[in-house]
Amino acid sequence: MNLLTGNDLKTGDVIWWAGHENWSLHVADAADAGDKGETILAREEEARRVNASYIVAAEMTDKGPMPLHIKERVRASGPTVRSDLAINTDISIVNV
Amino acid sequence: MYKYDQYDQAMVDARVEEFRDQTRRRLAGELTEDQFKPLRLMNGLYLQLHAYMLRVAIPYGTLNSEQMKMLGHIARKYDRGYGHFTTRQNIQYNWIKLEDAPDILADLATVEMHAIQTSGNCIRNISSDQFAGAAADEIADPRPWAELLRQWSSFHPEFSYLPRKFKIAVIASDEDRAAMRLHDIGIQLIHNDTGELGAKFFVGGGMGRTPMIGPEIRDFVPADELIHYAEACLRVYNRYGRRDNKYKARIKILVHELGTEEYTRQVEEEFAHMKTLGLNPPLAELARITEFFHDPAYDTRASDELDLTDPDFRIWVEQNTHPHKQAGYAIANISLKPTGGIPGDASADQIDLMADLAKQYSFDELRVTHAQNIVLPHVKKSDLYALWQKLDEAGLAPPNLDLISDMIACPGLDYCSLANARSIPVAQKIGERFADIGRQKELGELKLKISGCINACGHHHAGHIGILGVDRKGVENYQLSLGGSGAEDVSLAKITGPGFDEDGIVDAVEKVTDVYLRDRTDGERFVDTYRRIGMAPFKEALYG
Amino acid sequence: MNKTITFNDRSASDAAAVSLEGFLGASNATAVRIEPGEDVRELLPHLERLALVEVNFPVFGDGRGYSAAQILREHGFAGELRAIGDVLVDQLAYMLRCGFDSARADQPLNEQAVQDALNRYPQVYQKTSGTSPISGRRPIWEIRHE
Repeated sequence: MNLLTGNDLKTGDVIWWAGHENWSLHVADAADAGDKGETILAREEEARRVNASYIVAAEMTDKGPMPLHIKERVRASGPTVRSDLAINTDISIVNV
Repeated sequence: MYKYDQYDQAMVDARVEEFRDQTRRRLAGELTEDQFKPLRLMNGLYLQLHAYMLRVAIPYGTLNSEQMKMLGHIARKYDRGYGHFTTRQNIQYNWIKLEDAPDILADLATVEMHAIQTSGNCIRNISSDQFAGAAADEIADPRPWAELLRQWSSFHPEFSYLPRKFKIAVIASDEDRAAMRLHDIGIQLIHNDTGELGAKFFVGGGMGRTPMIGPEIRDFVPADELIHYAEACLRVYNRYGRRDNKYKARIKILVHELGTEEYTRQVEEEFAHMKTLGLNPPLAELARITEFFHDPAYDTRASDELDLTDPDFRIWVEQNTHPHKQAGYAIANISLKPTGGIPGDASADQIDLMADLAKQYSFDELRVTHAQNIVLPHVKKSDLYALWQKLDEAGLAPPNLDLISDMIACPGLDYCSLANARSIPVAQKIGERFADIGRQKELGELKLKISGCINACGHHHAGHIGILGVDRKGVENYQLSLGGSGAEDVSLAKITGPGFDEDGIVDAVEKVTDVYLRDRTDGERFVDTYRRIGMAPFKEALYG
Repeated sequence: MNKTITFNDRSASDAAAVSLEGFLGASNATAVRIEPGEDVRELLPHLERLALVEVNFPVFGDGRGYSAAQILREHGFAGELRAIGDVLVDQLAYMLRCGFDSARADQPLNEQAVQDALNRYPQVYQKTSGTSPISGRRPIWEIRHE
């Protein structure tokens, strides 16, 4: 599956596309963009609902959608060295 | 310390308003991200893995307690209660909101600070020796020269869209505490045969994916031609530096491809032309700036005696203080490398405390080092014990300066959108493995530097032991290298061989230190032993 | 084609610019267009007969044109120096200081934003080539020691 991520233009928060015109701070809410990723991102960037967005390969896990690559897993969880600042604490960074 | 006059202040204030307007236009959709990006970068605002990151300039690493307090205030009010001191002697904040950024710059401007040109393809914050003005071995204070260069490089109309970023360092002693030869331009102040103070220029050093040591291109530039010469160096680069490939765009590649001789010839030709234009500020301007850097009012009767009966204090004094040019005083280093900590991070409370201690014990002055520590440059020896006790209470007295746990580490994949692997967890694990300070002291001076990607922000090429994090099929992997140095014995580290996983790299570091302990001769540092015996015994221990 | 904006009272030249190669090969052209990779110093023997030099910025991040402009002004070029291409409002102040006196941008520029940008900074830190009346602002260090 393909997730869409980017940053909130104003706050910089990492956000995940959750379908339609919705974005969420939580990767668990992320929706599968299938092969429509580029079209959706063009529209959402234009509407300034997201900034610096890109498409992320992911898989469905028992905790919900999860990016395949470690970089986006860190992005989804917050810095691994500051668990006090984590957004989503139950993400395993290392792909096991 | 330098004080802004009305002109300096007006320039910084104008910049704040310019960026406020640019931010407004971006939020209103009048600017695309592609158009806005270079503008925000020239104000130090990145978009990182988790949020916007703001890098605030600390010119040549010098600041006063009021400015330090402001850094604490920003951490508390606009960020999440901490900041990260960087290898460019700056500080960066990891959780900034774009809508707050203009207000932060406005707050900074009230204490004569800014984030101008802390990123972007322009001339960056000028770095210098963190012991400037205090070191016993300097021939002059390099900071007036750095300030002259700061003003010249700020909003430079010709050199704000260079092929790539551009870093300048200025030092004034033979001992190099600023990695001067690994800068785009490294300047060492020297006296010529007639005793006149001038600048020796090294051009084309750098780290990144193609590390190079900057060759000397001129042995003496007179003080009143400094800006002309720098203009000449930059103009040749701006015109002929490569723009077809981001990874070949730094000046080191131009100097390398042209050859030092040809690059120098072109610079000299341009320099001769510059001299006819009268672009250089007069010596009176350098003299005006120098006035701000006069010595503080030292107590000339201060005693050199030090009571070292407290063993913990003794260890800290031995490791973390440095000789001062003034009798009865010492340079005190505050290590931001506690065991298991994040190298270079400081909480808002710690920042405030360091500001207070600077006011009380160090003539109101602090320095940031490229090794991500803080310096109180002028501490009376009789105050050291009281200072140490207060630092220790706040977790700011690890006695590990220049030891293996005094690591440089970039933010790595925990924060950085360019990184391929995490740096901080590796730093933490190595710190824990070598937590025993007696063991660290046994290993002696050992500069370990960790980068989370090939861009080398963690200076791994210049580490006695360097670690580079790479992405191997989606898994973090760490390459070990040995024998680098960013000091006056500058050299580039060489890779040992195949990389290691996160635990493996910690074991590997331990193995190479064991080889050192086994094979060293009296007085040799790790890097000296490596240079004498070569790579083979280390490889044998690692892979044999 | 978008309108040419001038930074001073001079009206924009309507001479048609030819390529550098074309200019060096022709004897009668009075306007030339410089691309980023070209050596503007080849024009130095011909400055007298040039009314207009256009300096192209195919992408705004390519800053070679700033050096080209400075070199022309440093050598006494007194004709019109025009920035063309991907010229954005936030680059105009630097262009002005490097000796440009007009711009023709691919994307239309807002007149008010142009004026704001050109008047943003009260002073300058650097002395730039003095031959053009608009680029030769007195730097702060000169004012400090007058």
